[in-house]
Amino acid sequence: MKSLIRAVGAGVLALSACTAFAAEKVTLGVAIPTATHGFTGGIVWWANQARQELEKAHPDLKIIVKTAGSAPEQANQLQDLLTVNKINALVIFPFESASLTKPVAQVKGKGVYVTVVDRGLTDTSAQDAYVAGDNTAFGKLPAEYLAKRLGGKGNIVMLRGIPTTLDNERYNAFMGVMKQYPDIKVLDAKYGNWNRDDAFKVTQDYLTRFKHIDAVWAADDDMAVGVLKAIDQAKRTDIKEVFGGAGAKGMVKTILDGKDKRIQADVSYSPKFIYDAIKLTAEARLKGAKLPATTIIPSVLITKENARQFYFPDSPF
Amino acid sequence: MQPEPVESPTVSRKWRSVLGGLGPILGLVALCIVGTALNPDFATVDNLMNVLTRTAFIGIIAVGMTFVIMSGGIDLSVGSMAALIAGSMILFMNGLAGGGHAPLLVVALGMGLALVLGLAFGCAHGLLITKGRVEPFIVTLGTLGIFRAFLTWFADGGALTLDGALSDLYSPVYYASLLGVPIPVWIFAAVAVIGSVLLNRTAFGRHVQAIGSNEQVARYAAIRVDLVKILTYMLLGLCVGIATLLYVPRLGSASPTTGLLWELEAIAAVVVGGTALKGGEGRLVGTVVGAILLSVISNILNLTSIISVYLNAAVQGGVIIVVAFMQRGRR
Repeated sequence: MKSLIRAVGAGVLALSACTAFAAEKVTLGVAIPTATHGFTGGIVWWANQARQELEKAHPDLKIIVKTAGSAPEQANQLQDLLTVNKINALVIFPFESASLTKPVAQVKGKGVYVTVVDRGLTDTSAQDAYVAGDNTAFGKLPAEYLAKRLGGKGNIVMLRGIPTTLDNERYNAFMGVMKQYPDIKVLDAKYGNWNRDDAFKVTQDYLTRFKHIDAVWAADDDMAVGVLKAIDQAKRTDIKEVFGGAGAKGMVKTILDGKDKRIQADVSYSPKFIYDAIKLTAEARLKGAKLPATTIIPSVLITKENARQFYFPDSPF
Repeated sequence: MQPEPVESPTVSRKWRSVLGGLGPILGLVALCIVGTALNPDFATVDNLMNVLTRTAFIGIIAVGMTFVIMSGGIDLSVGSMAALIAGSMILFMNGLAGGGHAPLLVVALGMGLALVLGLAFGCAHGLLITKGRVEPFIVTLGTLGIFRAFLTWFADGGALTLDGALSDLYSPVYYASLLGVPIPVWIFAAVAVIGSVLLNRTAFGRHVQAIGSNEQVARYAAIRVDLVKILTYMLLGLCVGIATLLYVPRLGSASPTTGLLWELEAIAAVVVGGTALKGGEGRLVGTVVGAILLSVISNILNLTSIISVYLNAAVQGGVIIVVAFMQRGRR
């Protein structure tokens, strides 16, 4: 059955490739969430960056960027992109996986080449290509790093984001590594909602509750800011490492300059992958080619040595 | 108290209202006992100060909100307003510092700007509601979106961060203590006391209550309804400005998540504290207790791990309903 769908999908794809080629023009729709926090702010910035660069380089290419504040709004935008803008390629960062699967499938059914970014659809036959960051590495790398820094022994507290599959993947990857280190105790994991203020409060309470903490896995660079402030306020010196995540420019700068002893490393999960996805899709479609089914943009450990290449001072993130 | 038997219903109503006012306090006491039983660290002075300090933002806003709700209005925009004020303050201060002004002056001007913006936004709400005759729910729902959108636009979707030197100079406003009590707690207390005097001891306070219980009658009684209403929104705006003054030095930054859902927390604090959402009657002490109660719940949840983190919001919701129920039972 699945292979049948795939075959049909490939047929549709081939057809759409022909039409795209015949017109020799690519109209690429980009549907992304609105900037509500640092990370999505970066997504919007990188998407517009890609539009500027690529439209300049390719006169046959037109890119339309739409931002949505909710899943229904994004679904409406897909319809507009299809009927008003007559797109023949789409790069979408779905607001939610489940509720956008059907709308995306409809767009694809009309012969549009679809690249899905970051949050996978529940039915993968609704997409032609999938480009994503590596959430497993996002949890695994900090776990390995912290275990090494602590010498396999100590107390860790952690923060989680917002209850989502993405957050679960990271959490499970982290805990999976920790299983190999029976002498490292993970004291607790509470939600900080990827938000500085909530992370500050949760950390204050961790510090009240646990008299000795060796490391904090803040799991996000915004949350790490709140964590550091709370530790400073309590004047606690037992915490040797604070590990954020995503590679926000402020954090990368801190590593680069060696400004904070507790921040020695970070893991990349850059909103730049929307730029990569738009670029890969646009260039492939201009040639009438297609992308591999899945492209994973690897998450890597950022340390002082390689921080320079992850520092984008102009990006808001 | 008068000896005539005719007066006795008033007396007993007064008593009942006092008992009703005890609802949230009893709830808070019960919560504190539970908290101490679950984790002895709960009852330490440090933790108490943490909780009170973080309550200060919502608490100060809730004091202003009490006046607005008591006059029969509502303001949904306070969280977004706080975010926009915080962002504007940071941009303004960074700009001035870049222009080579003395840091102390810059911070003082920034704080002044926060208060002026709060008053101006409140005044705009009041005018749209009274002179423009648009429902307060709609006016402030509109500005909720407008304020946050502007902050996001200023911040390019990222975070606005206060310059290092300014941030160091300004941070004592949040982190310093006076007589062992953090500054935000002092300011919270001062705002609560002033609010309480304003509500219970002045003509303005009585007019607010009169308008909330019956606007038409208040008009016939020659109360300048429009002016009083505008003043309640300006007072709330001022409270948001004060809360923002305290918020900015904490993290030295504003982002599109700043003040998210503060409006609901502030309204919940007011209503849990015994103020009727339809207006007319309420207590400022109740609001203060309500605000503290809300942050104590999440504090206790953070200090323990007996239930799944997935259920935190359910516990919060449950406690709020139980406290509101106690209050109703005693009225």
